[in-house]
This record gives sequence, C-alpha cells and structure tokens, in this order.
Amino acid sequence: MPALVLLTGAAWLTVLVGACKSEDSVEPEDNAPTLLVWKKPANFPDPVYDLSKNPLTVEGVELGKFLFYDGMLSRTNVIGCGTCHQQQSAFTHHGHELSHGVDDQLGKRNTPSIQNMAWNPLFFWDGGVRDMDFVPFNPIENPVEMGETVNHVLEKLRLTPDKSAKIPVDYPNMFKAAFGTPEITTERMMKALSQFMTTLVSAESRYDKFAMGDVTALSVEEKEGLILFRKNCSSCHEGELFTNFSFRNNGLAPLKNEDLGRFDVTRRESDRNTFKVPSLRNVSFTAPYMHDGRYKTLGEVLEHYTDKVTNLPTLDSAFIQKSGKTGLNLTDIEKESIIAFLRTLSDDNFIKNNAFSDPGIGNAF
Amino acid sequence: MLFIGACLIVACQYSGPEVGPPLIIPEGRMVLKFDNIAGNEDLVLDNKTYSNSFGEDLTISKFNYFVSNFKLLEEGGDSYTIPQDSSYFRIVEADPKTQTVILNGIPQGKYTGIEYIIGVDSLRSVSGIEKRGGALDPSGDMAGDGMYWAWTSGYIFVKLEGTSSKSSSSNGKFYYHIGFYGGFDSENKTVNNIKNVKINFAGEKAVVTGDSVPEVRLTADVLKVFNGPDPVSVEKNPGIMFDFTLSSGVANNYKSMFGFGEIKQNSLAK
Repeated sequence: MPALVLLTGAAWLTVLVGACKSEDSVEPEDNAPTLLVWKKPANFPDPVYDLSKNPLTVEGVELGKFLFYDGMLSRTNVIGCGTCHQQQSAFTHHGHELSHGVDDQLGKRNTPSIQNMAWNPLFFWDGGVRDMDFVPFNPIENPVEMGETVNHVLEKLRLTPDKSAKIPVDYPNMFKAAFGTPEITTERMMKALSQFMTTLVSAESRYDKFAMGDVTALSVEEKEGLILFRKNCSSCHEGELFTNFSFRNNGLAPLKNEDLGRFDVTRRESDRNTFKVPSLRNVSFTAPYMHDGRYKTLGEVLEHYTDKVTNLPTLDSAFIQKSGKTGLNLTDIEKESIIAFLRTLSDDNFIKNNAFSDPGIGNAF
Repeated sequence: MLFIGACLIVACQYSGPEVGPPLIIPEGRMVLKFDNIAGNEDLVLDNKTYSNSFGEDLTISKFNYFVSNFKLLEEGGDSYTIPQDSSYFRIVEADPKTQTVILNGIPQGKYTGIEYIIGVDSLRSVSGIEKRGGALDPSGDMAGDGMYWAWTSGYIFVKLEGTSSKSSSSNGKFYYHIGFYGGFDSENKTVNNIKNVKINFAGEKAVVTGDSVPEVRLTADVLKVFNGPDPVSVEKNPGIMFDFTLSSGVANNYKSMFGFGEIKQNSLAK
C-alpha cells in the first residue's frame, strides 16, 4: 500500500464540488495549489506535526524539495540539505562519521536520518528543537554546517532565476505556485521544507509487511531476531517507529572533546551525555552509527552493547544488570539474529523513490 | 419615498445581534522612545569607555533587547492591554528606527504608567512559525542583530557585547546573550529569564486624544546590566549564555535597567 495518495487536481476538485453542492457560489481559484492527501501508514501512530497548519500541496512539496537540495541555502552556495542527507543512505551522510559543511569544516555529530519526521516530538541528537518548521534554522546557521543566515537565503531566493546556475530555478514563481503569491518569507520557506520532509515516510520494509499480517515476510532467523530485539532493545527502540524519542546514555565512552548531548540544552545533570534514541528504520543504510559515528557496522554496535558499555553516572538502567555488570547479555548467534532482523527494516522504495530525489540541482560529496 | 429609503438603508446596516447604540471608542496612539543610556549619559557604541562596579573598563558594541506584552496603566486603576500580535518589539542600539515604538489603536485617556516584559513570553516562544513575523522573525543573523537561538529554538532577550582590557577571553571581548523562557513543559524546564517591568510616569500623564499623541521616553541603562544585585565581572565571566545560574544573575540585573525619562505631548495629525 502506498504511503502517499496523490489525488490529481481534477479528482480533488470533484471532491470539493461534491461537498458543496448546496452552495452555487463556490468556485475554486484557478491558481490554487493542488492539495496532496497524506496518509498515515496503518501501523503507525498519529503524527505529532500539525498538518492542519501546513496542508501539503503538490506545489509546496515540490518547492520544499528544490529548497532541500539547493546549495543556495549555504554561505558557499554549494552545501544543500541533501549534501549531508543523501537519499541512498536514508538521508544520512554515508560513510561520514562527522559531516563536513562549508569550507570542509567538520561538525561534531553524525548526520541523523531524515525520515518519518512528522512523528518526531523533538529534533536533533540533543532535542533542542521541537517544531519541524524550526529545524532548518539550525543547520543553515551553524557556522560549520551551512554557515548562512536565513535572511540572506531569502534574499538570494528572491533574486532567482539566476541564468548562470546549472538549472536556473525560478523561486518567486515556485513560491507563487505553492502559496498563491510570489512573496518569499521565512514562514513560507520553512513550511515548504516541512512539507517535503513530511512526505519522507518510510513504512514499506519487509518488517512492515510482517506487521500488517504477512507472516511469510520474515524468515525464521529474522523472527528469532525480532523476539530478541523486543526483549533487549525495544524499551528504547520502541513501537513501529523504533524509537520512543527519549534521551539516553547508552554507555559510549566520551571522546577527546566530550559531547554533553542533551545536557547542553536542558542543563540537567540527569541529561549529561544523553542523546536521542534514533529510529532503527533503514538502519542498514545509515552507517556509521551513534551520535559521533564511531561504529562502522551493526556488528560493532551490538558488540558495544554486550562488551563496551561504559558506566558513567547517567548510564541508562537498561544497561545495568542485576549483578551490577554493565551491558546486555547476548550470544554471538543472538546478535546475528538481531542484525538479521534489523535488516528487515530496510525500505528500498524509500531510498529509490524518485519523488524524494534530487531534481538535479544538488551537490553530494 | 425618501423616508422609506432611509429606513431601508438603516435596516441594511444592521447585520448582527447587537442592540443599543454603536460602540465607538475614540482611538489614538502613543509613541515610546527607548533611549539607551550608560549611567547619566547617552550610550555611545564602540567609541566610549565606561566602567562597571568592579572598575573594569568597558566599551559596548551591541546592546539589543526584546520588549513585549505592553499594558498601559490609566488614572484610576484601569488599564489597557495592547493586542498581543502588535506587542513585540526588538530594540537595537545600532538601529535608531527600532528605538521608536508606535502603539496604535489606544483608547483615549490619561495614562500614568506602563507595564511590559523584557523578553518573549513562553507561549509565543513555542508558537507556530505563522506567529513569528515582524520583530519575532527568526531569520536574523546571529553575528549581527539576530536574537533567535536556532539550536534550542528560543529567543535571546538581551544581547550585550563589547570589549574590555580586563576581559579574560582570548579576543578581549565579552558576550552576554541572555534568554530562556522556562522551557516548553514541566519535563523540560529551563531557567526563566523573562522579567516584568512597571514604569510609573512620575506623576506625569500621557494624554491620548484624537490629535494629541504623547511621546514617552523610557531609558535603558546598560550599566545596570552589569551593576545590579548580581554584579557582572568581565574578567570572571566574559561570556554568559547557557549557564542557568549566571544568566539568571544577569536577568536579575536587567530587570531594573529601565527608567522613566519624560513625556512630550505632541499634536500630530492622526
């Protein structure tokens, strides 16, 4: 079942006219954007993003996609969102422990995946932002990511089309198509980006087929892995989104420059060295792992949880056994089963869907 | 026929359930001038040296703040609250046009004082992006006059920067960015550095009538941000931003930075 149902303009108008039969004065505007009906995957909870404040439209999503990939969002006009959030890696930066932004400056954390954003109550590894419409300010204004100001991005967008660009995108026209007038404002830019990010739903993995009732979708080993996963991992990687969106210390020994994680936002001692529990959907595409990208393979991740958990004061209780020993008890075979299960969370449609792909304006390094 | 016509027009104007005579409240306006000072003198950016209570020399390069949620106090104890959507202002010392705030649609009356908050209230600090226009637009340049923290999605209420020979930072500068509205829920509390201000017009009255527009000068003393109940030393703390204890100390100081200047009663066409 497709996650998105796109009614054509004509079909949608039929619906509208049908609903308003008794009134003869209702005439849809000629240049109104075409509403896009967004359907929640059947096994997902309700999203937290308020779509009624920002109804998805074909034109709004298209604008958001261009903005997402356009390097113009950075000071150097080269780094777009899609530079570090690459589709084939489930919108992460494949192979990069830390991403490099403008002038090859390195960030301090591993690029998180952009998927199923509408369910996120808090964004970023430290949860500093709680409304998707305010997410893009963070990478755009971070001096080591895009190093730009949103104000200046808006000015640059207003000056398009730039005939020297490889594809001269006419943003005033695209804003007009999406919002009715060519005015380019902070609110419209952020809403268009949110519209595109809201469409980035991943819910068509083999696990989803299993969750929807197809018992043959998983092999015996994968089912064993799922049972072990539920027993050992799902207190944090919970539910159909495979995260409960909490902030935990999972026993990673601090690196040279200690990253205090959520503590930097809340200044609460109990949040010291805690980071957001990431979703595990598409986890086989999103290596390297952890907030600092220190592990290259899922095998290393599982080895961390059995053998390398460091006992700092805020270590999550899930990693402290009754005996006082830290880490999880899993045999090598059990770890392999869990990894086999994790691979069933891969959604090929998500990483191949052309609707999400760079329209030809982006740069990937 | 004419009489009937007139009756019909009256009938057509009636469009709601209200009864009684039309409620027309004559409205006027008030001008607020935010005058940033240093002690007894007008604040000069960059080119003048001041000192704090520790005797540390200071030059000020940036002094910006949010004031919002204005309420005018009337003679006799009544008050008028400015509609919230028109009640957020970002005052930037380097940008004189931001220092004049025009309050429109004020009921006629004699006003004896004003209340407002320093900062952006918690509700607006978490509202949707459609409520963040004008002074609240988060798109500003943090290196310039931007007052929005992207990383924690909140506003800086008071931004004060400058240079001192006593600063212990490597570049000799000091940076005080004071924000935090209390956090968006009980699970995520932060310090609350929003401060209420109440200024009495010292017995004077700001008279708002159709052709009388009072101009009220309010002073903001940058030195009081240093020299309050929690004195700030640029040597000890050249940067205060995220530390809740230190930032709330600065907020306790800026709480009292405002004072009453004077009222000019201007006769302007509306």
